[in-house]
Amino acid sequence: MFFYYLQLGGRSLSRNPVVTLLIVLLIAVGVAGSVTTFAVLRAVSADPLPERSARLFVPQIDNRGPNRVTTDREPDPDMTYRDVAALRGRRAASPQTAIYSITLSAVPADLELQPVSAKGYAVNADFFRMFAVPFEYGGAWSRESDDVGGSEVVIGHDLNRKFFRGSNSVGKEISLAGHTYRVSGVLNEWNPLPRFYAAPWVQAYAPPAQVFIPFQRAIDLKVPTTGGTLCAFNYTGTGWDDLIQSECSWIAFWIELPDHDAVVRFRTYLTAYAEEQRASGRFDWPANVRVYDLRQWLKYMHAVPAETRISFIVALGLLLVCTVNTVGLLLARFMRHAPDIGVRRALGASAAAIYAQYLTESGIVGLAGGLLGVLLTEFGIRGLRFVFEARVARIVHPDAGILSVAILLALGVSLVAAAYPVWRASRIQPAWQLKVG
Amino acid sequence: MIPFRPILSAMTRHKAGVFLIAMQIALTLAIVANAIFVVSQRVAYLSRPSGIDEANIVVVDNQWVGALTPFEAQARTAADLAMLRSLPDVADAYADYSYPAAGPIASVWAIYLSADQASPTSFSEPYFADDHTLATYGVRLIAGRNFAPDELSAGTASDKTAAGPVIVTQDLATKLFSNEAALGKVVYVSGVPLTIVGVMANMEVPSVGTRSFAYRSILSPTHLADPDGDQYIVRAKPGQAEHLRQSLRASLLALSRMRIVDPVDGVQSFGALRSKAYSRDSGLVILLSTVCIILMLATTGGIVGITIFWVGERRRQIGVRRALGARRVDILAYILAENFLIAAGGTIAGSALAFAVNLALMHYLEMASLPARYIAIGSALLLILGQCAALSPARRAARVSPIEATRLAAG
Repeated sequence: MFFYYLQLGGRSLSRNPVVTLLIVLLIAVGVAGSVTTFAVLRAVSADPLPERSARLFVPQIDNRGPNRVTTDREPDPDMTYRDVAALRGRRAASPQTAIYSITLSAVPADLELQPVSAKGYAVNADFFRMFAVPFEYGGAWSRESDDVGGSEVVIGHDLNRKFFRGSNSVGKEISLAGHTYRVSGVLNEWNPLPRFYAAPWVQAYAPPAQVFIPFQRAIDLKVPTTGGTLCAFNYTGTGWDDLIQSECSWIAFWIELPDHDAVVRFRTYLTAYAEEQRASGRFDWPANVRVYDLRQWLKYMHAVPAETRISFIVALGLLLVCTVNTVGLLLARFMRHAPDIGVRRALGASAAAIYAQYLTESGIVGLAGGLLGVLLTEFGIRGLRFVFEARVARIVHPDAGILSVAILLALGVSLVAAAYPVWRASRIQPAWQLKVG
Repeated sequence: MIPFRPILSAMTRHKAGVFLIAMQIALTLAIVANAIFVVSQRVAYLSRPSGIDEANIVVVDNQWVGALTPFEAQARTAADLAMLRSLPDVADAYADYSYPAAGPIASVWAIYLSADQASPTSFSEPYFADDHTLATYGVRLIAGRNFAPDELSAGTASDKTAAGPVIVTQDLATKLFSNEAALGKVVYVSGVPLTIVGVMANMEVPSVGTRSFAYRSILSPTHLADPDGDQYIVRAKPGQAEHLRQSLRASLLALSRMRIVDPVDGVQSFGALRSKAYSRDSGLVILLSTVCIILMLATTGGIVGITIFWVGERRRQIGVRRALGARRVDILAYILAENFLIAAGGTIAGSALAFAVNLALMHYLEMASLPARYIAIGSALLLILGQCAALSPARRAARVSPIEATRLAAG
């Protein structure tokens, strides 16, 4: 029976090719638009570290009080050096890492090769364990090296390829901003996106970082941050030594906590620390602290570009309009077949049979719309680089999941759109139509 | 005379079709009005002028290799600038930490009118400028004078402020002193007194994303030389920008190889850098415009489809009307008027929907409130579109011959 309906559907569709094509196009465009923008939204709001994110936290301390420029009472996203040093010194949580962005001129030992500008971070040894960073060779530097600021470096996959032709370079030397470092580890390709761990509002979709040096080493060498530094507007300090003493915030601080109790304990601890600062005369306002987990942090930092959300909403609107449109066109087409339906009913077809026939016909249209939609989605995802930043566009891929979503959505849309027209068709009275025809 | 009563009563005979067309128009209007609003805002934002001689400016990102002392950095930067200024295709050049509309990060200076004022009068963003800066950007001095060579101090971007002269933009001068002359006045940044010696035409600040102080630039007299390297802003002689963009890296490497200028994006034209900085906005404009066009096409297609169906359904009635003396133009007017009534109903519902969508967007996406004129524009557009869509089926209806009345009735 189903094949008979398929045949009937095919014949009826080819009788009115323009309207058929219009419906297929509408479904395809609506589906491709929403699926493409959904793929973008899914990619940019993905959890960058799904296995670790629940245990990673960012503490924040309000070190400006009510005198800030903005009116909300949210503490600065980063921390001051003095708070980072204090929290690190007390080992309030373990593992923990301070992070700030740096750019170093990297000169290879092999003088044949060009020096390059290497972007990366000053971090603590725990960084690699906390964020489950994969190593190709070697590993993180030692705790001792971490404490004294040893001249060791972890380099990225690309830098290792450029300077050491991809070989095991552990123990070899490399010159960064005029100082010699020993390679302690080489990373596999590693670039969780969005880049959550430092300044996600500036460089959420940056290419993989290529150098990581001990935080203490960077501080000792006064390596400037290439991220943001947030100071009070009446800040009068100049240069590095003032910055270290100041209330300017510029260092990200991450901790790992095993469970909810630990989070509660840490929050209490952080509040006590802020109160202690108040008692010592540094703050003259009650403790105002935050402890965000990774996902809350990304949300708070607006790491998902607003544009991706706007476009998804607009695309859903497009899908809705296309669906309503399809309802209208299907209604028109089925009503046109009223005489045929009358004849079939008169010859003994039940209302259910009419249902089945026209739902099948709509299904065929939906499937065709879905297939064209898949094609358009492929084009859409390729065209993303004209619409979103190249770095965002690059992380969106048309995978099998997304493409099957497109087909299912098209089928769903066509069946939903067909519901009312099919119901109308099934109610056509046999005798009445015969009289006219 | 258009027969409104019969049209309305005819509509009650096919409620579903009427409802579907009206709803389509309403939904399309709700989306299109909001989309046009967002597009016009973003277009205004991204096409705001930078105030500089954009076409002829090339920016070099120069990074020094090794650990330079501040003195070495000064000497090397000075040598680079001397070489750049001597090139035959170069009009002028200077070194800075940033340039107009460079990116998300910039220094912000709070400007006070007295040393003990509680909150600042204005925010601004500094350029560390030497006596070549105005000529490099091609920005006109409106009043006062340029910096004299002996007023320039050697420094880096982190040594913030020293007492001395500054040049401010017209916009900043107006903000600070409204209509009074700003020349000779003293302002305070971090408690340090600065004397305004010049007022220049408006020039965009280094950070993108700011709207309130986008043109409140301030020039601080500095021979900037950061030990890590700086941006060289180079103004080409007219028409030579592309040639410079391709040759500057080699010229700099010929002077000293102890530097990094990225072979791919180390030297870029200002136009390319600026469109990159505003790429999110231009991307959204492209996306929303595309969706609007697709939406309107889809709506038009839908209206054409349903109207053709109605005309087909009513051939006999049309034939009867024609047989009873209705002219072709009457039939045409009838179909178009019907379409107009439905579309008008749709735009009324759509206006309410557009405001509702705008309210939701204001709540979730911090959008501004939708001015009524965007709804008016959208409604007009859709009414015209509706008429265009109905035109071809209406003309087909007008061609129905009076014979049809008899033919079908007999059949």
